[in-house]
Amino acid sequence: MRCLWAFGAGGIFGLGLLMSGMTDTRKVIGWLDVFGAWDPTLAFVLGGAVCVMFVAWRVAGQRATPALGGSFPTPPEPKLSRNLMVGSVLFGMGWGLSGLCPGPAMASALWGGIGGLVFLAAMVAGMLAAPPIRARLDTAAS
Amino acid sequence: MPQDWLYGLLGGALIGVAAAMYLLLNGRIMGASGIVGGLVDGSGGFKSERLAFLAGLVLVPGAVVFAQGGASTHLTGNLGVVIIAGLLVGIGTRVANGCTSGHGVCGISRLSLRGIVATLFYLLAGGVTVVLARHLLGVI
Repeated sequence: MRCLWAFGAGGIFGLGLLMSGMTDTRKVIGWLDVFGAWDPTLAFVLGGAVCVMFVAWRVAGQRATPALGGSFPTPPEPKLSRNLMVGSVLFGMGWGLSGLCPGPAMASALWGGIGGLVFLAAMVAGMLAAPPIRARLDTAAS
Repeated sequence: MPQDWLYGLLGGALIGVAAAMYLLLNGRIMGASGIVGGLVDGSGGFKSERLAFLAGLVLVPGAVVFAQGGASTHLTGNLGVVIIAGLLVGIGTRVANGCTSGHGVCGISRLSLRGIVATLFYLLAGGVTVVLARHLLGVI
């Protein structure tokens, strides 16, 4: 049951990415390119998603447990870490270079061509390389 | 196209609905990099649930695009750039523990300071990268 609903959520996420244009790297790079032909679409996408999720967090706050059992995520960690900032800068650089972030890269896996698959393979390799980098940043901070 | 913003808003709302389902039904934060990363390095639980989510994320838009007769991501043909970008996205999202969906959609809507700061950092880094790579170096 949990898996069926997870499949549904993944599918709707994919449809939303497709419909919003976020699987088109030109639109993403167009949003980031403030000195070029600036494309504001991404602001509407993020805005629409955040508005719906703002309500969802309120609903979650009034419920003891999720509908399928288990527990809700723990409250966010208030402390800003070096990992958060360094990682986000690295991610932003890769996002700007390609116009792809993990969601749209997965949503276009079947039709994004060889380049899309190469991106996914490199992304997975990067994810495997991340834990030691994370640990080093943690040590450096303490 | 002038109606791009409308498709953006509606598609964004769908992304919000998906994240709301994953939160209210499964009790999980819908972060693409976390869902993939937890499977890749074996650090996360809920393995079958993650696989089911990713199956939906890959297959449903895939089926729609095939039914429509194809689409393109317009990704650069420069595979060197693609590989560097993929590595940066993989390392960065795992080091920061989130990407556009986890920190952006789920974090900002929760008024999480970490989500808001992460989003400002990757937006700024992305903007600077595009300006440098496109207007100064001409590689994208």
